[in-house]
Amino acid sequence: MSSQDIILQGRGLTKSFGGFFAVNGVDIGVRRGAIHSLIGPNGAGKTTLFNLLTKIHLPSSGQIFLEGAEITSSKPQAIARKGMVRSFQISACFQRMTVLENVRVALQRPTGLAYRFWRADACLDVLNDRARELLASVGLEGADDAIAGELPYGRKRALEIATTLALDPKVLLLDEPMAGLGREDIALVTALIRRISKGRTTLLVEHNMKVVAELSDTITVLQRGEVIAEGAYDEISQLPEVREAYLGADEDG
Amino acid sequence: MKLDRYLLIAFVAVGLVLPLFGDTFFLMKVYCFALFACAFNLLVGYAGLLAFGHAAFFGAASYVSAFALKSWGWPMEVAIIASVISSAALGLVFGAIAIRRTGIYFAMITLALSQIIYFMAVQLPFTQGEDGIHGVPRPPLLGFINVSSDEQLYYFVLAVFVFGFLAIYRIVHSPFGHTMRSIRDNETRAISLGYDTQHYKLGVFVLSAAIAGLAGGTKAAVVQLASLTDVHFQMSGEVILMVIVGGVGTLWGPVIGAALIVAMHDYLASIGEWMIVIQGLLFLAVVQFFRRGIMGELLALLSRIGLRKGTDKNEATTGETLA
Repeated sequence: MSSQDIILQGRGLTKSFGGFFAVNGVDIGVRRGAIHSLIGPNGAGKTTLFNLLTKIHLPSSGQIFLEGAEITSSKPQAIARKGMVRSFQISACFQRMTVLENVRVALQRPTGLAYRFWRADACLDVLNDRARELLASVGLEGADDAIAGELPYGRKRALEIATTLALDPKVLLLDEPMAGLGREDIALVTALIRRISKGRTTLLVEHNMKVVAELSDTITVLQRGEVIAEGAYDEISQLPEVREAYLGADEDG
Repeated sequence: MKLDRYLLIAFVAVGLVLPLFGDTFFLMKVYCFALFACAFNLLVGYAGLLAFGHAAFFGAASYVSAFALKSWGWPMEVAIIASVISSAALGLVFGAIAIRRTGIYFAMITLALSQIIYFMAVQLPFTQGEDGIHGVPRPPLLGFINVSSDEQLYYFVLAVFVFGFLAIYRIVHSPFGHTMRSIRDNETRAISLGYDTQHYKLGVFVLSAAIAGLAGGTKAAVVQLASLTDVHFQMSGEVILMVIVGGVGTLWGPVIGAALIVAMHDYLASIGEWMIVIQGLLFLAVVQFFRRGIMGELLALLSRIGLRKGTDKNEATTGETLA
């Protein structure tokens, strides 16, 4: 891999919580245009690593680069404006707002209107077409006026993805997008992720191995805060240390 | 939204003819406290920030307006504008300090800061301590509109209320208002969409303080008195009660809640300290039996029988607000 292809890079990332190393000296490079997954047994540090890369946590040591520029100490809202947008494990929509309003809130920030407290919200109607397009792209057409908090779980997930796409992110970070979804919804959301990741880079944390195998170009396997393997699904699934990590986890569970 | 517009038209129509039947002094007090409650609701109901020190803005404005009218002899409108500006400035300082904390810590910091204002009001010479500023004059509006009697002042106070109410309506239904509601619903998510949420929270804090100041500054002219009651923490508690009884996150709830509490004060004045017990029981009843408050329950009822579409649902239950 030439370094030019790497859009998001972590070097020597370490995060300790009171002496416990959740992530320990991890080097990771996400290739531009790829779907890259983080997997590992429970407690392996996937979510912590994900939170480091999305700036929810600051690393204890190590550096993070987005397109070659260091973002180690940038704020989460700043990296969002640079085109790296995350989704959340628990479906994160704006519960008491309508479906259309949810997407428009994401669309309005780059327009510079968001601070205008003296203007009627009718000035946001110019964003409606784009918002409806995004909603249609995730299968939420016609649901404009529904209250987000009253949507069924799978549709909330779809709404969250539409809201994320509203920022047209270069790097899409998805935290366990299948968490809490039923089998039918998993198939739908998998297809959705495949569709929306075209032309972007996607980093995915996911437990569901079938989904990971189906979507990923590259997989990084973590165990006890360290990288134990990296490669395509067919390569890593054969490795004895990966199998052992998962079997070990199964025995615990 | 349409419902709110009709309600406002009806409110103004009724407000214009009410002096024929009612006690204008009582009504003016209701308008002032209603505006104060609406300003507080902007913060708690639409931005999800539960402050416990809003009396500081209401009371400081009351003192500024009373002092400017009485000691400097400023015109009515100038004194009130000055009180709004001072409350906004105070809101900027308090907000900048408090806004970094959330939940109970935010509430406690706002309480502590408002107590500073209270002690300043007790100590500083210009507030006249325990006595307060008495006999505040009512100079003519713009220099020629006589507002010295209650009947004349009434229409000005009604206009101030409508202006403040419309300002809140506009803020809620503005692009800024959308961002504010998104932060209330899920701040982490708003951050991940690139919003500097602290700026918006500070913005709404200042706006809320300014409108609370408009209410307090006008109140000083109505009651012709600025006193320690206005800045006491019991006033901060009472405005929370007004908003919760009326309905958090509804435009009209605080108006209803304020009318109810002011009426209780006026008509039950004879029972003295027992008032606090009755208020406590009222609060308990709301939290136990109708958590959305009066307006919230009414709107929920309208939704249930299909008279109101699902749009623009903002009312919160007491539990959600205090959580």
